[in-house]
Formats: sequence, structure tokens, C-alpha cells
Amino acid sequence: MAGQNKYPIAARNLNHWFGQGEARKQALFDINLEVERGSLTVLVGPSGSGKTTLLTLLGCLRDVQNGSVQLLGHELNEASGATLMSLRRRLGFVFQAHNLHNSLTARQNVVMGLQVHGTLPAGQIDKAASHVLGLLGLGDRLDYLPANLWGGQKQRVAVARALIGNPDVIFADEPTAALDRESGGNVVALIKRLGHERGTTTVMVTHDSRILDQADRIVTLEDGRLVDKVR
Amino acid sequence: MTRLLHAILGRLPIGWLQLTHSRARFAAALAGVAFANVLVFVQLGIMNSMATATLKPYDFFSADIMISAGDANSMTEGGNVARQWLLQSLADPDVESGMGLFIGTVSWQRANRTLGLTTYGIDPIQPKFLSSDLASKTAVMQLQGAGLIDRFSRGLPRDEAASIRPQTPLSFEVSGNTLTLYDTFAGGGGFGGDGYMMVSDQTFLTLFAARSSSAPDHILLKTKPGADPDQVAARLRLLISDKTLRVRSYAAAGQEDLSYQQTKRPTGIIFGFGVIIGILVGLVIVYQVLSTDVSDHMREYATFKAMGYSHLFFLGIVIEEAVILGVFGFIPGIAVGTAILTAMAAATTLPLKMTFGMALSVFVGTVIACTLSGAIATRRLAAADPADLF
Repeated sequence: MAGQNKYPIAARNLNHWFGQGEARKQALFDINLEVERGSLTVLVGPSGSGKTTLLTLLGCLRDVQNGSVQLLGHELNEASGATLMSLRRRLGFVFQAHNLHNSLTARQNVVMGLQVHGTLPAGQIDKAASHVLGLLGLGDRLDYLPANLWGGQKQRVAVARALIGNPDVIFADEPTAALDRESGGNVVALIKRLGHERGTTTVMVTHDSRILDQADRIVTLEDGRLVDKVR
Repeated sequence: MTRLLHAILGRLPIGWLQLTHSRARFAAALAGVAFANVLVFVQLGIMNSMATATLKPYDFFSADIMISAGDANSMTEGGNVARQWLLQSLADPDVESGMGLFIGTVSWQRANRTLGLTTYGIDPIQPKFLSSDLASKTAVMQLQGAGLIDRFSRGLPRDEAASIRPQTPLSFEVSGNTLTLYDTFAGGGGFGGDGYMMVSDQTFLTLFAARSSSAPDHILLKTKPGADPDQVAARLRLLISDKTLRVRSYAAAGQEDLSYQQTKRPTGIIFGFGVIIGILVGLVIVYQVLSTDVSDHMREYATFKAMGYSHLFFLGIVIEEAVILGVFGFIPGIAVGTAILTAMAAATTLPLKMTFGMALSVFVGTVIACTLSGAIATRRLAAADPADLF
């Protein structure tokens, strides 16, 4: 199976630009990177170094313009819409700004992470969503709208939504930024556990030193260039 | 409602949850859709009333073929037809009988206004050329100077109309003659007059001294049972030597009159444009409501796209919202539209009313317009990378 490759993520000679004409600016330069299955890889670097851009390219949220990205055995450069859609269903994404749907409760937001697969009846999806939220300490906030949750709680709902579909790869952009020490630790522990037990691969952008300590690999970006790969 | 929709859709009713998340915005969106509905209802009501008013006089009579002057684009327009063509038509083996129909306008000077009544002169001893209601009242019309009046005439108080009976007739002066109204019938004000009156041809010729019994406005013919009026009319066109005359089936004459009113007369063209403008403005309002809603949720939709939801899923949400807005906006829309048409009908006596066809077409049109608007608004989502929309 493609998801059982040793390197579920591989970028080769990856370049990326924003803008057009004279305003065109290169954001990533000749990135080469392989991410091992079940590992926790952390992208670090100063603001504007291209971390989030790289994360969204690897996570097929942005078209690959130049170079190659292999994700779960599929080439993303010029991949069809159907391929991208089916790949996205095998990923879990935790966004920096939570990106929760304001009209849906915490449980309904998490339900959306599982409903996309269309394999379980509604009752079981609801139970699964409640269970995951309970694991993240939100068992008493199931029917709260995002507007009635504080930042850390929203972040945990976003994490629950990303994890509930049992993804092959998790992409996370500052997932612990809004969390207290204990909550952040729980999230990282959960991600690490998924890596060990299910072989879930995680690529994360973070400045959180607690996570750096637990990372299997730290990749540093500066001015769009990959300058260091530790471990 | 959420559970019901969840069960129907087999997924979270995102559209319903989005729309009802902000009650004030939902109310504003519904008001927009309802206003669009009212706009179209009123314009369609006016347009339909013109059709109803145009065809109303044709309901007074019962005929199979109508012979009119070449310039008679409508029942009340055009020159006269020589009575000899009635006699000539009777030579056709399938023509059973004929009647001359005279039409003029009588001015009834009332205390506070003058009523313009479209007056028909008919042969009262041939009631088969009249509708069943009028046919039952021809006895009194055989009296010289007698007539029936439209009880819904504009400017004729309802209680006064109700008091007109053979036992309590109402008389008034017309061009130096006394006309006595013995009964009433159901008509209604049109765009060309305040109401209708029915008299015998002899009384008509008294009221309109310049008219001649040998030149009615139209000739109505009855064909024998089983005969095809269109085929008989075609034969009569060959038989009648005056090729300027219009020889048509009675049904075709009504439709040609309607077509003339709608496409050639200024009022019809204006009303037609009114409907088009109403629909266009309604479409703009509905598009604005739906496209704004889609834009407001673009970030959330992009997140769903990043999670692997297909474009069909977003179209499903948009259709869900379109149906909800269509249904919930339609209810106040039809209520207000009916109220406005009823008030306008009361003020003008025009046949303005809400019909099932209008209601169904506006409802289906609204849902289709909402769906298309939403679908167009989601095109940006289909084309863009999720990361560009966060």
C-alpha cells in the first residue's frame, strides 16, 4: 500500500513562487526532503521563511508549481482534482487559525472530519466525535459553538477534527500555540502515540520548545531554503 | 428541524445551520427573497389581469366562428361587417346559425363620475349565442330600452348593483333615450372601460342612432355538432368574396386578440417589460443574498475542501440553502403579494388575483435562481487552492 511506504512524503527540487510579473517572488528554493513513516518532523525557522508554504505544498492544499512532491505514493505535481480529493481524505490538518466552522458546535465540527469518509452511520460518527473530544478534555463542551470556546479549546477541537479520521499523515501549523502546558503536552503525546501505534506521520510547524524536544527530526528553513536537518 | 434535515440529507444540514446561525441575517435574507417574490407576483398579476380582462368579453358569448373586419385586431376595435356575409355563411352545410354582434360604449353620467360601459347588442331570441348566465336573462332584454349591467362595473356601488332586479329596475338617460336595467351579470372592469352592458340589437340601434342593423361589428356563427370550426372557417374564407374580412374560429379570435394586446398595444408591452424587469431585479436580489452567503463562508468551505470534501458537497449545501430560502421566503412573499393584488383589485376592479400557476412558477423560479446563484458563487471555491482561501 502507498500509505506503508518508508517515506510517505518526499519533496525533490521543490520551488514555489507567489505573485505574477514583476511582483513575482520566490518563496521556496530547491527543497529536498524525505519524511519517514511514523515520525514527528518539525519545521522551524523565522517568520516568512516559507514553513507554512512548504507545509501546505506537502499537504496538497496548494498546487505544486515546480519540482516534485510525492505524498503517500502519489505525485502531486499536476495531480488531478480527484487524486487530490482522495489524498486529502487520508490527511489530518490542524490550522494555525483553527478554521472551525462558526455555525457548527464542537462535536459537529469534529463530525465533519469523519463524515467525509461516508463509511459510518450518523450515530456512530457522533459517538466517535464525542469520544475524541473527551480524550482532549472537552467532554463538557460538546455542544458549544466556537464563539463560546476560548482559544485553547478551539485548538483542541481542531486537533480532534484532524485526528478522528485516523489519518495517514497529520500536518499541523502551530497546533499548541494557544494551549497551556498540560494541554499542549497531551496533544503532542497523542500525536506521538499515533505515530508509534498506527504509524501516523506528522509534519508540524512550531516554535514550541516542548515539542522540539520530542521531535524525531527538526528541519530548519531560512529565506525559503532548507538549511538544516537535525536527527 | 436540524434533526429532520439531518435525517433527510444523510449528513449535517450545514446550509440550515449556517443560515440560522445569525437570526438577523437569516431574516434579512428571507426579506430579500420575499421582496423579490412580491415584485414578480405583482408584475405577473398585472400581466395576467390584462389577459383575463381581454378574454373576459369572449366568455359572455358562445360561438364557434367569428367574422370580423380586417382591421378588427380586438373585439372592440375595427370597422363593421356587412350582414350579407352572415347570410352567405349559412350556405355552408356545417353552419347552423348566425348572429350579428354590435359593440359600442355608453357613457352613464353619475352624480360624481361618468361610467364608460362597453355595450353589446345581441339578438335576444337567440340565447344559444350567450353564456348560460346571460342566456337565462334574455327575456327582459326583449323589451325595448331594457338592458343588463355588469354588477362589478367600476364606479357602481355593490349595494346599488345588488338592488337591480326585474322588480326593482334602475333607469337612466343615454343620448336622450331611457335605458332601464332589469338585472345584472358578472363582468368586471377592464383596461378599456369601466364595465359592460348587454342590450338587444334593437335597443342598441336606438342608443347608437348612427349605426345600421345591416352592419354589426362581428358575426358569430354556430356550427353543426361534430363540425370542425377551423375547417369550416377555412371553407368560409373561400366562400366569402370580401377577402379583407377575418374569418376565424371563436377560440382563435380570442387568442389573436390577446396576442395583439400583449405584443402590439403599449399597455401590453409595458406590462411585459414590467414582468421582465421584475424577474431581473428579483434575480439580482436572490443572487446577492446567496453569493454573499457563500462569500461569508468561503473560509469554512476551503477548510472542508482541504479535508477532502468534493465540489458536489458544496453544491449540495448551496441547493439546501436555496430550497430553505425559497420555501421560507416564499411564504411571506405569497402572503404580501396576494394582499397587494387583492388591494389593487379592490381599487381598480381589474381581475388581479393570485393564481396557482403564478405561485408555482414563482416558487420554482426562486429555488432555481437561488441554486444557480449559489452555484455560480462557488465557482471561485472550485478553482482556488484551499490554502489561498484561509
